[in-house]
Amino acid sequence: MIFELGRPGERGVLPPRVEDEIRDVAGDIVGTLPDGLRRMTPPALPEVAQPQVVRHYLRLSQENLGLDFNVDIGQGTCTMKYSPRINERLAGLPKLTAIHPLQPEETAQGVLELLYTFETILCEISGMDRFSLQAGAGSAAIYGAASIIRAYHAEREELEQRREIITTIFSHPSDAACAKAAGFDIVTLYPDEDGYPDLAALKAAVSERTAGLMVANPEDTGIYNPHIAQWVQIVHDAGGLCFYDQANANGILGITRARDAGFDLCHFNLHKTFSTPHGCGGPGAGALGVAQHLAQFLPTPVVTFDGERYGLDADRPKSIGKLRAFYGVIGAVLKAYAWVMSLGAEGLLEASEIAVLNNNYLLKLMREIPGVDAPYAKGKHRIEQVRYSWQELCDETGVTSEDIGLRAADYGTHYWTSHHPFVVPEPCTLEPTESFSKADLDEYAAILRQVAEEARTNPELLKTAPHNSTVHRADHEPLDDPTQWAITWRAYLKKRDDAPDSESEAS
Amino acid sequence: MNSRRPAHPYMPNSVPEARAEMLARIGIDSVDELYQDIPDALRLNRRLDLPDPVPSEVELTHHVSKMLARNTSCDEYLSFLGAGCYHHHVPAVCDEINGRSEFLTAYAGEPYDDHGRFQALFEYQSMMGELLDMDVVNVPTYDGLQASATAVRMAVRITNRRRVLVAATIRPDTLSKIRDYCGPTLTIETIPAVSETGRLDLDALDASLSSDVAAVYFENPCFLGSLDSQGREIADRAHAAGAICVVGTDPISLGVIAPPASYGADIVCGDIQSLGIHMQYGGGHAGFIATRDEERYVMEYPSRLFGLTPTSVPGEYGFGDVAYERTSFAKREEGAEFVGTASALWGITAGVYLALMGPQGMRELGEGIMQRAQYAMTKLNEIDGVTAPLLDTPHFREFTVGFAGTGKSVAEIHRALLEERIFGGVDLSTSFPDLGPAALYCVTEQHSKADIDHLVAAVRRAVS
Repeated sequence: MIFELGRPGERGVLPPRVEDEIRDVAGDIVGTLPDGLRRMTPPALPEVAQPQVVRHYLRLSQENLGLDFNVDIGQGTCTMKYSPRINERLAGLPKLTAIHPLQPEETAQGVLELLYTFETILCEISGMDRFSLQAGAGSAAIYGAASIIRAYHAEREELEQRREIITTIFSHPSDAACAKAAGFDIVTLYPDEDGYPDLAALKAAVSERTAGLMVANPEDTGIYNPHIAQWVQIVHDAGGLCFYDQANANGILGITRARDAGFDLCHFNLHKTFSTPHGCGGPGAGALGVAQHLAQFLPTPVVTFDGERYGLDADRPKSIGKLRAFYGVIGAVLKAYAWVMSLGAEGLLEASEIAVLNNNYLLKLMREIPGVDAPYAKGKHRIEQVRYSWQELCDETGVTSEDIGLRAADYGTHYWTSHHPFVVPEPCTLEPTESFSKADLDEYAAILRQVAEEARTNPELLKTAPHNSTVHRADHEPLDDPTQWAITWRAYLKKRDDAPDSESEAS
Repeated sequence: MNSRRPAHPYMPNSVPEARAEMLARIGIDSVDELYQDIPDALRLNRRLDLPDPVPSEVELTHHVSKMLARNTSCDEYLSFLGAGCYHHHVPAVCDEINGRSEFLTAYAGEPYDDHGRFQALFEYQSMMGELLDMDVVNVPTYDGLQASATAVRMAVRITNRRRVLVAATIRPDTLSKIRDYCGPTLTIETIPAVSETGRLDLDALDASLSSDVAAVYFENPCFLGSLDSQGREIADRAHAAGAICVVGTDPISLGVIAPPASYGADIVCGDIQSLGIHMQYGGGHAGFIATRDEERYVMEYPSRLFGLTPTSVPGEYGFGDVAYERTSFAKREEGAEFVGTASALWGITAGVYLALMGPQGMRELGEGIMQRAQYAMTKLNEIDGVTAPLLDTPHFREFTVGFAGTGKSVAEIHRALLEERIFGGVDLSTSFPDLGPAALYCVTEQHSKADIDHLVAAVRRAVS
């Protein structure tokens, strides 16, 4: 722990010195602060010299499994793909990093051109008329969409009546949670044996209380709902709006578009489909697209172009206001733009086709492993990911999907189950993007085949996994107990009888 | 597909032989068969109309560099812009650590394969906890705007009340965010400031406080850079009415300025961009929320909260999610607000920054910033027609500069500064019209005496 390193007096970096003339003019500026405003005791931050800080954090980085270090297809729905290093270099240029968002527009034409051009690219990919790149990531964009739906109905004085958003259990939890955060009640549809809710279920859910539909397609199972255009029609006929959660766009770029299915709004995750790095959980970026009739509600300001100059227009009286500080996660926008420019239209189509081919190739290999199955749509293809079930293996051996995932970590890779609730029992969601080779897929399937075999011959090995990780199985009980949980080091020291004192060795 | 094109470097299976082997293994003839569930009516059936690609690194670099060349950076011009995005120094070690691919390309692994990420974020939470003098700090949210809006909603859920009082001097964008996010079910009222000092008008606060107020929200320093010494008085009044005191702050000030918890704040929030994150045209933000370690507060956080926990090996530090069931990941719409990918890598970066700075660094930095800002105010105030600051109260880093006595508009003056390669402060003429023609100037540790003298001379020329 960083708090166990260093000794009082060590310094990691020095702030610049203040010139004598400034000191003379300013006087004891801190000392003259009123008592309530002046900090009385220094914060108990670590005091560590620079080499030791670097060593500590580099060591922590070595205890982390970045995508670049493994066949990272186990994080299904996350669309783990290679983040090109050239894009990191470009996004690190001072002409992007050292720009202030409130500079005069004529001094920021380059970054405004970037925003405007990328918005245009997304319009073409989705068929939508306008985009905002302001959202901090996917869920923020989904919330923005819900806020726009709310503003639309409020303007038509139908918001009192239209309280419900319809979604599906296999759409991301945020489709439900963000709509709820925007004030709506949620109606969640469950799939039939085809893997998506049937039309009768949708019709039963739609009424005069419907504000809109917020769904993914394909959903997190990788199954495409072929009736999606009818879904949109049904909701439109009832007076609702339709939002397309395109977190799962990686298999359909250049194949099918949101607007062509009739959707009024859609979003993309730039850190998924568009290759920007995931950063341990951000920064990512969300792109929110709308059909022309909803453009007036977009977050403010919007980027403009008059044929010669780019600008920012904050005179947007119908806007939902600020979704995020300033204009968007600019670094991610640059990387996403550079990725599209590297591939072009043919490259984007190829990326989707390879992602879908990879996924169905892996599906073929997985179906040959005894004990695992791909529920719903038996025998049919999938788009870009598959949610598998290890229920059969679990019935046979008592080993759970979580155990399998932790044992897979011993082979140097990841594995993700599912969002909650686990509708698919003992789930495992795999998404092999176009970044992975045939050899990568063969290796990953071989790992799971091996682990499944171990489940039969030596289940205890899985139940006590991981064995080759940085740490051993954690005790989760204290994390749910208010008398034991420790969210900061200082809280840990206060609560634990056996907490080390300040002289103990570093971890 | 044109098989004469080279395979794309990002897609190993774009080699035709690889595709053919995989198709054969699946037992189909073409990728088209995999899309059979997509109806013909929804198929695009044409190429996307996108710009011609630049597939080599050389061409891509030329293309992007040419676009970015149309930007003028704050390394080239002298900038005094602030207002929520700050040109502080980014230590080289911060870029080193957040550029490591192990962190950069990781995502949502378990506390075993991603032990490093859990510990790095726990350490960030912990160091922020020391700076803020609070025991609970979240894994970062998108930015300070979201942190403030969520903090207000947390207060609403905890108290089960419907009115929120916010200071008139909070950042205008934060008020916009609160209005949208805290929504039509709440009443949001602004409490004015005393015009001479910028401090909250306590009489106005008293008049508005009642037993249906969930939260009193103010910022310290506020948007105008001024500090309010009445933190204890405000918190006491809020508490007497049963309301929660929510304070927004910039942690970079807390090496010298009292943490809001010391005067009674219950929820503290803000943005950590100042702690080692490049400006990136407003693209480098992350929001923090901090509270006491009380169950009723902890259960209202939408964000992940990483906690330390023992493992099966004594003395080993393990990690996991605290009270995961409260989140939308676990409970969808039954969770608190929502959570998703946000700004984790910036949290790790801010932790590295605080570890490098230590208590002495934060103290020296904060004091140096206040000294430089005081010097700038004093020298600007010596110019005929210019008043700096407009508010009679201590400031941190930012301050208002009034130009009423010059007979010129802020726009005119700043146009003149631009010709001298200076970005003047943010024009306040439309957002705070009561101040007259005024701008918000920001001075950081990056400004030398020569820089400030250059600004003062340029302003003198601009107003004469």
